[in-house]
Amino acid sequence: MEIQFKDVSYIYQENTPFAHKALENISFMVDSGSFVAVIGHTGSGKSTLIQHLNGLSLPSRGEITIGDFRLSADGKPKNIRDLRRKVGVVFQYPEHQLFEETVAKDIAFGPKNFGVTQEEIDHRIEKLLPAVGLPEEILERSPFDLSGGQKRRVAIAGVLAMAPQVLVLDEPTAGLDPRGQREMMDMFYQLHQEQNLTTVLVTHSMEDALAYADKIIILNKGQKYMEGPPLEVFKQADKLQKVQLGIPEVIHFLNQYNERFGTSLNYQYQSMRELAEEIKKQLEVGSHE
Amino acid sequence: MDRKKLVEFKNVSFQYEEERALVLNQVSFDIYEGEWVAIIGHNGSGKSTIAKLLNGLLMPKDGEIIVDGKKVDDDTVWDIRKDVGMVFQNPDNQFVGATVQDDVAFGMENRGVPREEMRERIQRTLSAVRMQDYLITEPHRLSGGQKQRVAIASVLAIAPKVLILDEATAMLDPTGRKEIMHTVNDIQESEGLSLITITHDLQEIVQADRVIVMNKGQIWEETTPRELFLQRGELREIGLDVPFVGQLTDELRKQGVPLKEAALNHEELLEELWKFNSKM
Repeated sequence: MEIQFKDVSYIYQENTPFAHKALENISFMVDSGSFVAVIGHTGSGKSTLIQHLNGLSLPSRGEITIGDFRLSADGKPKNIRDLRRKVGVVFQYPEHQLFEETVAKDIAFGPKNFGVTQEEIDHRIEKLLPAVGLPEEILERSPFDLSGGQKRRVAIAGVLAMAPQVLVLDEPTAGLDPRGQREMMDMFYQLHQEQNLTTVLVTHSMEDALAYADKIIILNKGQKYMEGPPLEVFKQADKLQKVQLGIPEVIHFLNQYNERFGTSLNYQYQSMRELAEEIKKQLEVGSHE
Repeated sequence: MDRKKLVEFKNVSFQYEEERALVLNQVSFDIYEGEWVAIIGHNGSGKSTIAKLLNGLLMPKDGEIIVDGKKVDDDTVWDIRKDVGMVFQNPDNQFVGATVQDDVAFGMENRGVPREEMRERIQRTLSAVRMQDYLITEPHRLSGGQKQRVAIASVLAIAPKVLILDEATAMLDPTGRKEIMHTVNDIQESEGLSLITITHDLQEIVQADRVIVMNKGQIWEETTPRELFLQRGELREIGLDVPFVGQLTDELRKQGVPLKEAALNHEELLEELWKFNSKM
């Protein structure tokens, strides 16, 4: 599903002394089937932006279209339940929201609420479990007896069981160890591709944004600060530095390397081996000139 | 050099319930005054249990823990908590004050710090974490990262001898993380504080004086960051990351570029490449 923001502003507690502009004139477009990373500091408006994607918040000004749904200050659309079924949101620390007696019941809770038949739910769970990396034996266990990583996978399965077309991920790897983080991001990326999802990832990780996103949107103090493909955005290290954001380590290293050796080796998604080859070649050639 | 031991773990074992597996199994180590030690390991390796044992939130099943000469037990636990400041990952669980300045004052009030000194420390520690403009803000109006900054200020304000950061920067953005570690490092050095960081962040590990690597409830390795990152294959096996510099060094060496193995940061690797370039 395509997502479009047109001049969206959101003001908390408008017309009170506490009014606070969390989003200001934000416009952008997310193509159907693309993977977008939203980056910004705490307080930049990321969380507020996410809450607009399934109608938890409505814009104070401007308009949002998500597929056929339209959100504006005029009030909730009648079919907001449909929107919430189609836009799955994995909030931060989703495992805190587990509550059922068994894993199977917890995963089924969402789709059941939306009137999906038990047969269809069972069918979906069967397909989902391997995709989120959980064994089938887990279904009859209490979600509270699982490890942290497993709990999070159960919570994610619960969102995916609604068969959303848009997947919104709010820092989904927070608190996991490095291997857990990589496995979790690889899982999302695979789901993104296999199920042709439109994915919006809120992250602090420039590395993840570089590795997975087609487009990056940078928010600063409620405004859109930058937008573009990762390689274009990360070319502008100075502009990012101005709002205290960094660049991925590989690009930072290559910048330092180029400065030292007077070369122009650009990052183009090379593997570590390919980078090593290019560096070796340059150093060998360079020294014979 | 005769350094003073500030923390001693002696054959410490711990399990949460009798029939469950040991979370810590015969763990022994020392931490010295003024030292920065990073404790790393995959989720469930026992890292956070160490932190909770250190200030008596948990008590060991076997073995003993000594903090500044005092054995941690039910009688000493309140004394120990004056010496051991702890900041956890989730800031929502550690707020007590109605405003930011009340929260920072809370720990000092309990310890009888004079009012004037309290004011000065509130200013200093909140400035250090860049929250000086939020003195009378209510905690629920702060973002997660801001709350964490205040939590760190509150602990620094009571001038502990040991500061434990239990993945305290995990929820912050990279710049916030860097700034807080910088601040904490400054305070550590100026006040001779021992610092224990429990972390996955490679930059934090590189800055530490020493690293303790936990695996399945036991100490897997106790060494310097430089030595640790030489063991790249083994690190991957226990689920930990290898820094970018180490990965690139490995690939370059595989292709016959004769680099020293132990570059710890960009500058050192570039220097090695420069030497190679000059020799060609």
